[in-house]
Amino acid sequence: MAQETPAGDLRLANLTKTFGAFTAVDDLSLTIGQGTFFALLGASGCGKTTTLRMIAGLEEPTSGQVLLGDRDIARLRPYKRPVNTVFQSYALFPHLDIFENVAFGLRRRGIRSVDQQVRQMLSLVQLDGYERRRPTQLSGGQQQRVALARALINHPQVLLLDEPLGALDLKLRRQMQIELKRIQTEVGITFVHVTHDQEEAMTMADTVAVMNAGRIEQLGAPADIYEFPATAFVANFLGQSNLIAGDVFGSNGSDTMVTAHGARFSVPSARARTDRGPVYLGIRPEKLQLAGAAVQVPAGSQHLDGTITDASYVGVSTQYLLRTGWGTELSIFVANSGAQQRFAVGERAVAYWDPRHAFLLSRRADENDRTTPVLDEPVGASS
Amino acid sequence: MSAFAHVPTGSGQSASPPPAARPGRYRFLPYLLLLPGAAWLFLFFAVPLLQLAAASLYDPEGSLSTGYTLTWAFGNYPAALQQYWPQFSRSFLYAGIALVLALLMGYPLAYAIAQKAGRWKNLLLVCVVAPMFTSFLVRTLAWKTILSDNGWLVGLLRDVHLLGPDGRLLATPVAVVLGLTYNFLPFLVLPLYASLERLDYRLLEASSDLYASPLKTFRRVTLPLSMPGLIAGTLLFFIPATGDYINAELLGTPNQYMIGNVIDSAFLVRLDYPQGAALSFLLMSAILAVVFVYLRRAGTEEVL
Repeated sequence: MAQETPAGDLRLANLTKTFGAFTAVDDLSLTIGQGTFFALLGASGCGKTTTLRMIAGLEEPTSGQVLLGDRDIARLRPYKRPVNTVFQSYALFPHLDIFENVAFGLRRRGIRSVDQQVRQMLSLVQLDGYERRRPTQLSGGQQQRVALARALINHPQVLLLDEPLGALDLKLRRQMQIELKRIQTEVGITFVHVTHDQEEAMTMADTVAVMNAGRIEQLGAPADIYEFPATAFVANFLGQSNLIAGDVFGSNGSDTMVTAHGARFSVPSARARTDRGPVYLGIRPEKLQLAGAAVQVPAGSQHLDGTITDASYVGVSTQYLLRTGWGTELSIFVANSGAQQRFAVGERAVAYWDPRHAFLLSRRADENDRTTPVLDEPVGASS
Repeated sequence: MSAFAHVPTGSGQSASPPPAARPGRYRFLPYLLLLPGAAWLFLFFAVPLLQLAAASLYDPEGSLSTGYTLTWAFGNYPAALQQYWPQFSRSFLYAGIALVLALLMGYPLAYAIAQKAGRWKNLLLVCVVAPMFTSFLVRTLAWKTILSDNGWLVGLLRDVHLLGPDGRLLATPVAVVLGLTYNFLPFLVLPLYASLERLDYRLLEASSDLYASPLKTFRRVTLPLSMPGLIAGTLLFFIPATGDYINAELLGTPNQYMIGNVIDSAFLVRLDYPQGAALSFLLMSAILAVVFVYLRRAGTEEVL
């Protein structure tokens, strides 16, 4: 299928972009393996789109390299790069019909017989029969698929996706996530996907890089990042976490011991990012269980007492807030499997967890507890 | 005039329910609102046009003093054309050359104002429109000064030997074409600007991403998307420029006279009403024919 020579990995080396005094991308280095689905995840303004635009050639790096295989393409004009982009706004040409939109790249490279390729590509994105329509006559999801076909038909070595699903409604977005993943597996091209939607990144990508302030905070497989985040930012950007401020006071070899708000806890040393000083004890809301009294807590678990201050029933789970003795509210998601006891607001309850599900992150000494209140849907709770 | 009706139809697919029938007493409201404009158009456009059509078929032997009779003298048309075809073709030639010059200047100008001017945009637009604050005649007379034999421009051109020692600009076709170009340039630039201003730079990025060099991007994206403005601007330039007689009158000599000058003199000097009217209709139909062919070729195919 590939017309180009084998691409090799996409490597960003010390890539930096400044706009005046503002550093959008700060000395970024990473390697994206050939044929992988890579997601750059971050809040708006974190530099992820600037990074993408530098790979596409729409922005010139202040310094650093963009290597494709062994070739530095950082200073090539966009139309000379074997890289194509699916734009956030789709940027379909309104004066051309769907067929000509998809054929655009082939025609500009002087390829004459485009008919078969265009039809193949349209059927890959399930838009057979739409050749003569105009972009304005299609729905958002259809336009998105045209944008994808228009980029993919060129068999780029790297396909860049700039929040391509942002404009779609939730249901369509889910559908397109699965679709994109299917297509990526089918064509085997390196996909670099920029998104602020952590669920989107986790659903599709083989590797996720969480960006913050122009730097990468953590990089890894979605499950690894989620289960064992490297920083407090990642712990709360990717899903929610209850981060309890504490201090390490020792280690017994396999476990690290922590005091927090007068209580003692332990975490397996393998799940500790640091072994001294101020730390956060982190536990994901769905890893917490509720019991009526401490005697009901299974052996080997650790627990905290408190009062239920909120209970939201969201169908697949019930999301509780538990106010601890020192005033912090912990989020707890209890799956509605039917076996669990229900708690009412105002009731006393005990939250407990398996220490192997907790993690330790280093903390600045002046930082206090960080918990995110139950507001929107948590990862995995609504799929 | 379909060229101006390029408003995208939006999502033509979505089937919205038909609007509920209006209450009876509002049914005639739209027509009522049309009435003043329609009456104006009827009185001051349709009636005079018919009268002009009648005049073009008057007995050519008649005169203002002896009176005219409507003899359906269709022979007025071939006679007028035979006598004045040089001025006729000159009109189209001069307007055509002026149009090309105006496009060469106006397109980059409109593009720069629309896409690159940033905060200078409004100031530049005012500069384009500012000459319109003075009268057409004053502007053309100013050009007479600029192009005059002892003006700096002619002096400069003589010094660099682009003009011979006795060469002149005034009273030559060059002067008339320059005058036409200058006087009608804003009519070309403003619609073009409006089109180019709406051009989404992200489409240009997309084109660049899809292997189109800047030149190909212009040819395949910018130009087609500015077609509505280009068509409107060309028409607004070409139609009045073809019928213009002031520039030839003030900057040229009878050797540069265009059909407008002939019509002017037929009505006001020679008092040959049938001929003046016949020439007017010939000019009108020639322009309509050109516009029609132009719209069919450049027309709605490429444009939204």
